[in-house]
Amino acid sequence: MATSLEESISKREHVNLLSWLMSRQAFWVSMAALFAFVILSLMSDVFATQQNLFNVTRNFAFVAIIALGMTAVIITGGIDLSVGAVLALSGMVIGMSMNTGTPFWIAVPMALGVSLFVGFFNGVMIAYVGVPPFVVTLGMLSIARSLAMVLSNNRMVYEFGPDQAQLLWLGGGFIDISLPFLDTIKVPNPVLFLIVMVLITGFAFRWSKWGRHLFAIGGNERAAILTGIPVRLVKVSVYMFCSLCAGIAGILEVGWLGTITTSLGQGMELTVIAASVIGGANLSGGIGTAFGAVVGAALIEVIRNSLTLLGISTFWQGTFVGCFIIVAVLFDRLRTRGAND
Amino acid sequence: MAILELTGISKHFGAIQALVNVSLSMEPGEVVGLMGDNGAGKSTLVKIIAGNFPPSGGTISMLGRKVVFHKPSDARAQGIEIVYQDLALCDNLTAAANVYLGRELMTGFGPFRVLDYRAMFQRAGELFAELKSETRPRDLVRRMSGGQRQAVAIARTRLSEPKIVLMDEPTAAISVRQVAEVLSLIRRLRDHNIAVILISHRMPDVFAVADRIVVMRRGEKVADKPIGGSSPEEVTGLITGAIENA
Repeated sequence: MATSLEESISKREHVNLLSWLMSRQAFWVSMAALFAFVILSLMSDVFATQQNLFNVTRNFAFVAIIALGMTAVIITGGIDLSVGAVLALSGMVIGMSMNTGTPFWIAVPMALGVSLFVGFFNGVMIAYVGVPPFVVTLGMLSIARSLAMVLSNNRMVYEFGPDQAQLLWLGGGFIDISLPFLDTIKVPNPVLFLIVMVLITGFAFRWSKWGRHLFAIGGNERAAILTGIPVRLVKVSVYMFCSLCAGIAGILEVGWLGTITTSLGQGMELTVIAASVIGGANLSGGIGTAFGAVVGAALIEVIRNSLTLLGISTFWQGTFVGCFIIVAVLFDRLRTRGAND
Repeated sequence: MAILELTGISKHFGAIQALVNVSLSMEPGEVVGLMGDNGAGKSTLVKIIAGNFPPSGGTISMLGRKVVFHKPSDARAQGIEIVYQDLALCDNLTAAANVYLGRELMTGFGPFRVLDYRAMFQRAGELFAELKSETRPRDLVRRMSGGQRQAVAIARTRLSEPKIVLMDEPTAAISVRQVAEVLSLIRRLRDHNIAVILISHRMPDVFAVADRIVVMRRGEKVADKPIGGSSPEEVTGLITGAIENA
């Protein structure tokens, strides 16, 4: 071997930025979303307007926030089916407590606390008792939504007591960002939350011990145990993180809608999982990115929005999203096969 | 002085006697080939040394001091490292990440501590160079050959300056060329004055690298002699029971 130690140490898997990008599923999904964006701007007068983009980004923010947590769970090789129900439960806890006059600053920690407890229960059942994640979280899907019904007697809640304005501002408000040479951009609050959370999650995945251990557990759980990683604690923490994301999205969504019913977030777990998978998370574990989760969610929302704008029946939405899931996974399969040969 | 001294180790699981009064002594830098048929007690003996479970009777001493292992991390703390048969590697991580799995280096201060990629790549690269392996720290384990994977698993044991390395069937399922690579890795460990216990079914590999050979049969040690004083034929006879003991 002629190469020196330094060369060997600095030798990278990919030669340059372009080949690195080409190997990322998130990159291809971003390209697809960007492509759809350009096409739609040309085909529809309404799409590229300030107001429509405001709506699109806000709508996908809820799914994307939960997809961050879901991606973390999927990286460990698990799955969390209870996120839609946790979103409803968290929304109902904050809605009902504020309805009875609880101040905003107490109601928020209560809703987040309930979400964290649900995640803690899921995690303990999975990591310590050894029940498969699919089963535990399927059970929790049922339990959490039922608890939301018990809590509210299945009523619709739209009176949020003395602090109502704060809750509505949190979810429905926006901030103005003025840029030189451009119109002022209105950024919805949920999108701001999403941006902060994607930065934190992306950072944790790459730079923290916790992130490294998530990938190790998903890659080879036995190896993780043998090398002394606290596998059980990490698993509990990741389900708590996922539920927390769902709880945060729940609070924001109630604030935006200004009302909460127990059917909020029904079937949402499937959209969230779809967003994660389209964004490159591998359901068999060990692979996934925070950024991918967000572009996956964005692509789904752009599809939904475009069908509406182009006058195509929204019944077609599922077909498009389904095709994207299959194509994304198929694409990944072909690509890795090419790389291994 | 012996780095590891087993005296009269016995182990029974209920009525089954897995190990009967086994004694074994190892010097630093010595490679011992541990052979025996399936169920002869090799893995039980190794698991006792690795701290997976305590012996029913007998004592373990290191450098003349008696030690008791309650769990694998106790053995690790005393400088006993294991290379598992399946190597316990994560395919989706880089070579360096696998070497440092569970013992990641951090940099920064207080709550702002992040993974120290630079230091881990650097040290892993040095370890691979020491082992004279072509493995590169940034490569994904998924794309590696069997020999390179072994190098990653062995580099992991070198992190903690171990005294004893236990290797479980390291040459069981790899190509001939890769076997040569693994045997030279074992010699590198020996050169660093590390005692190696090599568990293997493959006679040629044991004879190529071991200094001493220990044969187990039905939970008893039936032979313990320098490699020069034995032959593959004799060892086969000892394993099967055709030769009573030597």
